[in-house]
Amino acid sequence: MTYSRILGTGSYLPEKILTNADLERMVDTTDEWIFARTGIRERHIAADGQFTSDLALAAAKHALEAANIGAEALDLIIVATTTPDRVFPSTACLLQQKLGNAGAPAFDVQAVCSGFIYAIATADNFIRSGAARTVLVVGAETMSRITDWKDRSNCILWGDGAGAVVLGASDEPGIISTHLHADGSYARMLNVPSGVSERGDDNTIHMEGNTVFKIAVNTLDAIVDETLEANGLQKSDIDWLVPHQANIRILQSTARKLGMEMERVIVTVDKHGNTSAASVPLALDVAVRDGRIKRGETILMEAFGGGFTWGSVLLKY
Amino acid sequence: MSDIEQRVKKIVSEQLGANEADVKNESSFVDDLGADSLDTVELVMALEEEFDCEIPDEEAEKITTVQQAIDYVNANLK
Repeated sequence: MTYSRILGTGSYLPEKILTNADLERMVDTTDEWIFARTGIRERHIAADGQFTSDLALAAAKHALEAANIGAEALDLIIVATTTPDRVFPSTACLLQQKLGNAGAPAFDVQAVCSGFIYAIATADNFIRSGAARTVLVVGAETMSRITDWKDRSNCILWGDGAGAVVLGASDEPGIISTHLHADGSYARMLNVPSGVSERGDDNTIHMEGNTVFKIAVNTLDAIVDETLEANGLQKSDIDWLVPHQANIRILQSTARKLGMEMERVIVTVDKHGNTSAASVPLALDVAVRDGRIKRGETILMEAFGGGFTWGSVLLKY
Repeated sequence: MSDIEQRVKKIVSEQLGANEADVKNESSFVDDLGADSLDTVELVMALEEEFDCEIPDEEAEKITTVQQAIDYVNANLK
């Protein structure tokens, strides 16, 4: 039996930091208002001329370095993003060129905030089936480009960044199980109402915040149960929760459901904001590099996002 | 005080971090107990869990005081 294991992690945040104090000068808001509702203090914003593939490249280089693997050894590249550089080619192909890999299949996955979970599940299936052995999975976003900077209830949420992992084939897990879901009947609750085929003037994020919040909390509770049940595990078997960083209050609610102290939850939303598909690998890399997450520990990653899409990954690091 | 009234008030005080003594029947979540919009969403979710029911969004919007929450639970409890 072949499993996939994390060989290395990496991440990248653009230099420019936008604090709540900066936002106070842009829209009618306050640091207290933002922090109480979201847990966010600051977020990073990509520079002009810096694209999603550039953020992905920096994160990928760090992950390859950590895995001690050259880009030429990759036999699959997957990028999860909602904010690709271009209509086409895929951001994965643009990244592949920048990395100097040629020949490996490369494609993007679009599941908004759940994108990294979807991409990991995809990579895991490629490795389990024997179709790939060394896979680069990246979550990278420039959410600032689809943010309405005049919408005070919404623009405070988003940030730019990228996170990456290198997965390799292994005789033992690694990734124990992945769980993916979607329900397109909720498409309108969290969306950008125009795009490539459906042209329009409104290219920014719209969200029915309170409803999304409620459904997210309930859905994440269910996916946590589903993941534990599928593997015959108890809540106490989870060493670390690495959740999608949307809102501290969603994180707290999931932690409560798991009976977990917040000390066991990797929280980066205060410094990163919601970086959509990049948030889970960013949080993972932060906690691996600061020494909190250690080899052999059991980690639950989960996310919920536009679509709606949601999912989880259970793994032994 | 009825059992339901007691349970509702306990949840309100827990969710909003308010003193139980300050949670009166006529208390408004937002105006008297300092709730923000997400607090009210979380409060409705806590009521749903406590009383094992589902409160539709359009009904939830009408629950703005402790008494309205008590009335809703009394009217809809199975």
